[in-house]
Amino acid sequence: MKISEKLARETLLEMQRRMLRIRLFDERASKMVKRGYIPGTVHTSIGQEAQVVGACMALKSGDHMTGNHRSHGHPIGMGSPLGPLMAELVGKATGVCKGKGGSLHLADYAVGSLGESGITGSSIPIAVGAGLSAQVLGEDRVALTFFGDGTANQGVLYESMNLASAYKLPVIFLCENNFYALSTPSHTVTGGRIVDRAAGFGMPGVRVDDGQDVMAVYDAVAEAVDRARRGEGPSLVEVMTYRFREHSEGLRINVDYRNSEEKQFWTARDPIVLFREALIAAGIATAAEMDAIEAEIAQEVEDCASFALESPDPEPSVAFEHLFTDAYDLEDVL
Amino acid sequence: MSVMTYIGAIGAAQQEAMSADPRVIIIGEDVEANVYGTTGGGKQRAEQGDFVQQFGKNRIRNTPISEEAIVGTAIGAAMTGLRPIVDLSYSSFLYMAMDQFVNQAAKNRYMFGGQSSIPVVFRSAMFYGLNTGAHHSDRPYPMFMNVPGLKIMAPASAYDAKGLLRSAIDSDDPVLTFEAVPLWGAKEEVPDEEYRIPFGVARTRREGCDVTVVGVSGSLPLALQAAEDMAARGVSCEVIDPRTLVPLDTGTIVRSVLKTGRLVIAEPAHRTCGAAAEIAAVVADKAQHALVAPIKRVCALNMQVPFSPALEAQIYPTRERIVAAIEAVCADQLNAENRRVG
Ligand SMILES: Cc1ncc(C[n+]2csc(CCOP(=O)(O)OP(=O)(O)O)c2C)c(N)n1
Ligand SMILES: [Mg+2]
Repeated sequence: MKISEKLARETLLEMQRRMLRIRLFDERASKMVKRGYIPGTVHTSIGQEAQVVGACMALKSGDHMTGNHRSHGHPIGMGSPLGPLMAELVGKATGVCKGKGGSLHLADYAVGSLGESGITGSSIPIAVGAGLSAQVLGEDRVALTFFGDGTANQGVLYESMNLASAYKLPVIFLCENNFYALSTPSHTVTGGRIVDRAAGFGMPGVRVDDGQDVMAVYDAVAEAVDRARRGEGPSLVEVMTYRFREHSEGLRINVDYRNSEEKQFWTARDPIVLFREALIAAGIATAAEMDAIEAEIAQEVEDCASFALESPDPEPSVAFEHLFTDAYDLEDVL
Repeated sequence: MSVMTYIGAIGAAQQEAMSADPRVIIIGEDVEANVYGTTGGGKQRAEQGDFVQQFGKNRIRNTPISEEAIVGTAIGAAMTGLRPIVDLSYSSFLYMAMDQFVNQAAKNRYMFGGQSSIPVVFRSAMFYGLNTGAHHSDRPYPMFMNVPGLKIMAPASAYDAKGLLRSAIDSDDPVLTFEAVPLWGAKEEVPDEEYRIPFGVARTRREGCDVTVVGVSGSLPLALQAAEDMAARGVSCEVIDPRTLVPLDTGTIVRSVLKTGRLVIAEPAHRTCGAAAEIAAVVADKAQHALVAPIKRVCALNMQVPFSPALEAQIYPTRERIVAAIEAVCADQLNAENRRVG
């Protein structure tokens, strides 16, 4: 892995911190699902940290991001503090969405995270809208939307790509290609390569073949972001990566749809290990410094879990708030 | 005061809102050429220039034929600083964007714990009764009433259309307008100064004491005509236009039924699970003790819309069907009246 010379040491270390946050947060979330602390469905981004963080770190403050069901990594990648995220997963009053979103619907507007989406593809045009508002208002910001290889077969993506391209909107379409849509191998339901579809809409399409290399992801997305900021319009970036765990926590699929050889190949390419080694090899940080960062993040995750578990439940009346911005008659609701 | 048509009032409201706030934009298919008549045209175009001349192509934008992306993009733009008005032309096209209405517009503020506000107006017009056939004639507002988080207006006159649309554009929540094309040419006096009509306040169009007749959208003028017919026969109808369906001013309707003891509801949507069904249920719940006759609904039949002029008209409420419903609930009175006259 080649460490970018353009990036400050602190930025590089922050990348590793964010990847570690995602890894340890999701590992902890997985345990909390198993122990019954987190209800509902949880999809982890374990294995895909470089793809998430490389993309998010190419954005800057003021930019926007929308995500999907594999949802914790995106706000963490944008810099969202862990406590309110974990509290949201547990369903507590201190949750980032006050306990009304849950794992599938995280959003943290303070860091530009406009919302994850349980409906695959549904949040893609939301990012296009953020691009439109930037253009109409003449504001220097871009919007990035994450979606999976499975979701790349939804029509709304192509309506969105076409509209963004026709208007030259500052949008980055980021396909997280982990080769599977749940149990379905992507290539069995996908005609051609996803990246090649960009050409049909008159926008650049770039494929990052090694999405475990955070530098490669960062470079590709940074170029798309620069282009968007220059007013030259949207890009599609397809990142090849792999999820290390099952589609969702607790899901048991009887068919062995991913063979062990493939799994071994990818788990040997752990993005966090690769980046740690590259940083040490490039003399950016010592092993001891990297150990310290890992310990620091482990503590952060420890703290976020205690924060979540110790937080109070939301008041029942919170269920009846936030339907509209103005006062509404609760008699119509209850 | 000056006299305006229903469609002219919509155009005028858009023009005022565009002039008042640079965050307001209009996007939709063919809005630049003013194909549907609400983005500058006719007299306005000649005298003051059309919307593109006035506001520029940055704020008046033709879109591709991509309803799902148009609606989603408008929602995203509303969440990040704009106040878009989306012209979806035919209400029948809303289905193409159902996911965006239901899963994004209606849910985002709620499920993100109040972090977002979504000030966007989705305008569409119900082209029914115009022999456009089954694909273009829909009146789908009840489907959206079933989705918490969407505000819905269905004006029946120029004055209401203008004032409600201004409130819709001011609203920080998503609003769907359902405009009645059969009323496009209907004229009404409209104040010259800017005004707004609040949501959730019904308009009593005619006072009466024997029966309450609620008319929604294009059925309201028919209800007024039916009331006129019945007045000649000694039955006094109170005619109410709810104007907005979400929020719905149930108070005005219930108070009226407490006075009259009878209720007829007319609307152009299909009967099953329509606005009339909802109003009937609320009245049955809150004013059952005052009812002296069953509640009658006069709706579009539970049937698809046929094309031929010889077939289509019988699908929707008519003045005659509303009269028949009033006759049915006022049978006692009519008998008494007949005895008096005889
Ligand atoms: C509209 C819609 N259809 C189906 C689903 C069920 N579903 C959730 S995730 C998923 C697979 C998505 O695959 P992909 O887009 O590749 O993302 P990945 O899970 O691999 O990250 C499916 C089918 C859904 N949530 N929404
Ligand atoms: Mg996938």
